[in-house]
Amino acid sequence: MDNLQLLLVWAPVINIQLILEGIFIGAIFALSAYGLALVWGVMNIKNLAQGDFVIAGGYMAFALNMYGVPLFLILPIVVVSMFCYGWVVYLLVIRRILDQDMFVSLLATFGLSLLMQQVINRIFGPEVQIIDMKMPVYEAFDSMVSIPTSKILALVMAALISISVVIFMKRSRTGQAIRATAQDPRAARVLGINIDRIYAFTFAFNSALCGAAGVLVSIIFVIQPFYGITYSMGSFAIVTAAGLGNLPAVIVSAFGIGLFTKYFGFFNSALEYAAPVGVLLAVLLWRQVSMSRNRQAVK
Amino acid sequence: MTMKNSNSIYVILGLFGILSPFLFPAYTLSIAFMWVMVLMASTWDTLGGQTGYNSLGNITFFGVGMYVSAIVQISFFYEGGVAEYTSAMGSIKPEFTVSQYYWGLILGIGAAGIVALLLSILFSTFMFGLRGPYFAIGSLGLAIAAAETTVTINYVGGPSGISMPLFPGDIEFRSTFFYFICFALTVVAHFILRWLYSTQFGLAINAIRDDEDKAEAMGIPTLIYKRIGWGIAAFFMGAIGAVVGNMVGFIDKEVAYPIPTFGIFMVAAALLGGKGTLWGPVIGAILFHVVKDTAWTLLLGYQWIALGLILIVNIVYFQEGLMGWLQRKFPEFFGIVVDTSSREEKAES
Repeated sequence: MDNLQLLLVWAPVINIQLILEGIFIGAIFALSAYGLALVWGVMNIKNLAQGDFVIAGGYMAFALNMYGVPLFLILPIVVVSMFCYGWVVYLLVIRRILDQDMFVSLLATFGLSLLMQQVINRIFGPEVQIIDMKMPVYEAFDSMVSIPTSKILALVMAALISISVVIFMKRSRTGQAIRATAQDPRAARVLGINIDRIYAFTFAFNSALCGAAGVLVSIIFVIQPFYGITYSMGSFAIVTAAGLGNLPAVIVSAFGIGLFTKYFGFFNSALEYAAPVGVLLAVLLWRQVSMSRNRQAVK
Repeated sequence: MTMKNSNSIYVILGLFGILSPFLFPAYTLSIAFMWVMVLMASTWDTLGGQTGYNSLGNITFFGVGMYVSAIVQISFFYEGGVAEYTSAMGSIKPEFTVSQYYWGLILGIGAAGIVALLLSILFSTFMFGLRGPYFAIGSLGLAIAAAETTVTINYVGGPSGISMPLFPGDIEFRSTFFYFICFALTVVAHFILRWLYSTQFGLAINAIRDDEDKAEAMGIPTLIYKRIGWGIAAFFMGAIGAVVGNMVGFIDKEVAYPIPTFGIFMVAAALLGGKGTLWGPVIGAILFHVVKDTAWTLLLGYQWIALGLILIVNIVYFQEGLMGWLQRKFPEFFGIVVDTSSREEKAES
């Protein structure tokens, strides 16, 4: 309980640091969870490789940074190439499992996740990597709270990306077509929407979102080929908690999970990795308890 | 499969199982792991294929069984207790007598199976409210949570693991001994499942797979049947976990909770052979293991990439499984009566 005393009595300002870190994590979770919810809602694919798309985007940014590409160019390049990659994955794998059993999509994307992890591992090696932005670090409260400029920058970028995604989904023709397909694929097809193209676009769009999240991860946290599962599990927990197609709830629960992970890790750093999984189990349990009240079955 | 055909397969597999450690002594452990895979895929199929609850977390029971058997084996015959044994990180090598070792092993395997069974009953109180993909994700979360929690328990060695008691015989006999335990457990599990699927239990769990709500409306106590199905899988997973732990000789998180390897392999093997059949998982597991070990030997360094590819190709392009394909191609072999007139019409048109 030393940690609790430290947090409440001796140095309450540490809370600020933890909350800020939680918000940074939450912003990244929000991006990848929104992509997951989009793919899940539109084409009923549960993408277990979500986190590995994030990590792939991170490594792409890392490689570009090594060759000296400036940051404002890295983000567009990664987004475009992850978009193309997502389209190819859709054509090779996802298109063939669209009408299958729900479990098939889980297992096929798990295979995809394994493949991506290992390919990244072969190319970059298993070391933990980070992009050093060489930007100043602000310090407050006698250096107890440190806020790197790169994190602020990343937060602003995450906010800009989310806002443009929301506007895109609301206003553009493609965004409207995606939402129509999610509501009723058959009616959308009757009204002249090319469903196959919309599915491909949605998956590629998700991949691009993950790529953007990955760039932010590589700037503010660390990347490693096998870290993807944390982001996958976190995204699943968020989407399960928030429900599909409920964007405000996705953002709220993303920040909630980010904060929970950070506080949990502060008390027991060995379990920080397991925290999103624990939240996922707790959410599933809670949903079950709340639903069992409505259950009317023969006992 | 008709009686005559399956009898000949039993004879072939039985002869292979009994003779292979003497014919191919260099591959004894590899073939032992093949039987482990067969057992895992078959028991996964009880819930996954036959009941329609696709679990990705059966590997939890494997790991729990491994640790439980280690605790039982050490604490029964080592007076210092488990905590002292594990904190020494393998530097203590207690001399067990032969009878002590074998009794410890028998008790360990039994305790592992029973604890895993009890654990599955505990999990079933909340897990079976989840259906479809939620059950799959939830059970995967269960496995990851179990693995991460085990690492933090210092009593069982935490991240540094436990080295198992030394086998009191020579090394050749050791692998043959564990081989036959694996083989025997697999055979027992196979015949229990074969008998179960032929009873009312088999009909009931297939009804749950086809439509759970209707099955419940027909008066089938679905929760009890699902519990039994998972309990059988958990018991055998726990027992085989205990055996594998002793066979490998050292256990830690990676050995006990191989979620990305055996946890997924067993599902892939069952899908490869064709889920929802008695023989599908057996044939799928044998084929998968042969392909896997070949890939491991030939493509060293790239084996994981090859494995991911195999998984994707298997699931995306080869959905119905080997048994499904065979049943469609040669229905008579399986005792399925086909109306030949309709087939001729199809051929003409």
